[in-house]
Amino acid sequence: MADLRDLYQEVILEHSKAPRNFRELRSADHKAEGYNPLCGDRFTVYVQMQGDSIQDIGFQGSGCAISKASASMMTQSLKGKTRSEADELFSRFHKVVTGQIANGNKAELGKLAVFSGVSEFPTRVKCATLAWHTLQAALEGKQDAVSTE
Amino acid sequence: MSTVAKLPKNVTDTNVREFGSSFDVERVRADFPILQQKARGHKLVYLDNAATSQKPKAVIDAIVRYYERDNANIHRGVHYLSERATEEYETARKVVQSFLNAEHASEIIFVRSATEAINLVAQTYGRVHVGPGDEVLITAMEHHSNIVPWQLLCDEKSAKLRIAPINDKGELLLDEFEKLLGPRTKIVSLGHVSNALGTIAPLAKIIDIAHAKNIPVVVDGAQAAPRLPVDVQELDCDFYAFSGHKAYGPTGIGVLYGKLALLEEMPPYQGGGDMISSVTFEKTIYNKVPHKFEAGTPDMSGAVGLRAAIEYLNRLGIERISKYEHDLLIYATETVSEIPGVRLIGTAKEKAGVLSFVMEGVHPHDVGTILDQEGIAIRTGHHCAQPVMERFGVDATARASFGLYNTKEEIDALVRGIQKVREVFA
Repeated sequence: MADLRDLYQEVILEHSKAPRNFRELRSADHKAEGYNPLCGDRFTVYVQMQGDSIQDIGFQGSGCAISKASASMMTQSLKGKTRSEADELFSRFHKVVTGQIANGNKAELGKLAVFSGVSEFPTRVKCATLAWHTLQAALEGKQDAVSTE
Repeated sequence: MSTVAKLPKNVTDTNVREFGSSFDVERVRADFPILQQKARGHKLVYLDNAATSQKPKAVIDAIVRYYERDNANIHRGVHYLSERATEEYETARKVVQSFLNAEHASEIIFVRSATEAINLVAQTYGRVHVGPGDEVLITAMEHHSNIVPWQLLCDEKSAKLRIAPINDKGELLLDEFEKLLGPRTKIVSLGHVSNALGTIAPLAKIIDIAHAKNIPVVVDGAQAAPRLPVDVQELDCDFYAFSGHKAYGPTGIGVLYGKLALLEEMPPYQGGGDMISSVTFEKTIYNKVPHKFEAGTPDMSGAVGLRAAIEYLNRLGIERISKYEHDLLIYATETVSEIPGVRLIGTAKEKAGVLSFVMEGVHPHDVGTILDQEGIAIRTGHHCAQPVMERFGVDATARASFGLYNTKEEIDALVRGIQKVREVFA
């Protein structure tokens, strides 16, 4: 049986209570809104690029502990990364939260590996990936809000 | 499993009295096969009845029996089975008629759901009677199914959708409602019981006020039909909609009650077989009500299942169910609201079946996941009532909703579950 502590790890709870980079980025040149109608999570992700690199990133909005912590830790792990590095990280993150990567290969994810417990809770995958989908939309310059439905 | 108690087939008044003056919930629970299982290693505690209810064995058996014994297409065959299937389907209509105390069986139209029933009224009565500049009046606590059909109509007709406001308890402001009833108001539509807040609408007063201005009233009874006695003649509502699956019947079947005179003058909803008297390429003559509104082969097994559900409710007694669920709600309200950090959303004086709440510092979705690990099923989210969430300044709520098989012990389990949420997020 899935253990709640696998999902609600201390790091996740801590980030959900005190999210990092939780601010509107006035200098942002990319932004997008993401929405999860299932639970009402709604975030805006702001990105400021310098050339091909993410110079600064922030987010605002409200949502469950998983979605908020995921957004917070995403912003932490992406500062200074190039777009292709960000895409690569999301792809790996997605595989981990959907249980497609075995435990041994999680090391490359660094701190984001704490979200591996999400794979035991299929209804929460959308929460964990909302900020990432929103980031992609922001970088692709999509106008409409991203929806997980 | 399979310790399903059989209720006597022909229950007389004496048998009903034998059921006991107090509600024998353990005996009721034994009628529901799905409740006899564990969820995530715990006893299943199903508190998501406002989303859909579970089905008693009598309903499941009725559907199986229909397919094993009676199935054929109705209203058109001359053969043995068709006659029997038609008889089953039309008997179901009469059972619904008496459940709602409608004057005529032909006032009962079988549809897919309460949603389809409201769409039917909007697209037939609405399209004839609502024109540019006219208004449709609903309330601030409607389910999306009683908002969007009217928005579609108003968009098409350049009409206005007006919203009667509610107070902080989730009660309709009757004075404001009355003020919004103007010369251009063509339809009033509102829920009998709010799915997000549990508020029971003061229907009698609303219908009086609306009728004094000759405005017809549509009632969304999806949450009320399984919980409160409904008498459409006493209410004098013009339309009443409900879904089978929230009333212990199958999915895919719902009911629209409409006053005969209104139904007769309304145009058809969909075209097809069964809704016609004669068809030529030049002209089609429509069948009489209710068949005019039932194009195509209907959900016959659904009607049979719904009949079994209503007969089950009748055997238990809807008044007794109502009283029992009210006691559960009072108990849940008292115990849940005592938990520190919990705020109830929807504290109307008149409530039924629904306990919506939020927790300080914890998103409802996390509440739902943690309760689920304890085998407790609740609903979290906006409950298809986003304007209600906005009114109360929340993104979502956690909602426990009760059915006739729930127990005080299950509410105790809910309270323990909420305590656990507090521990995880401490």
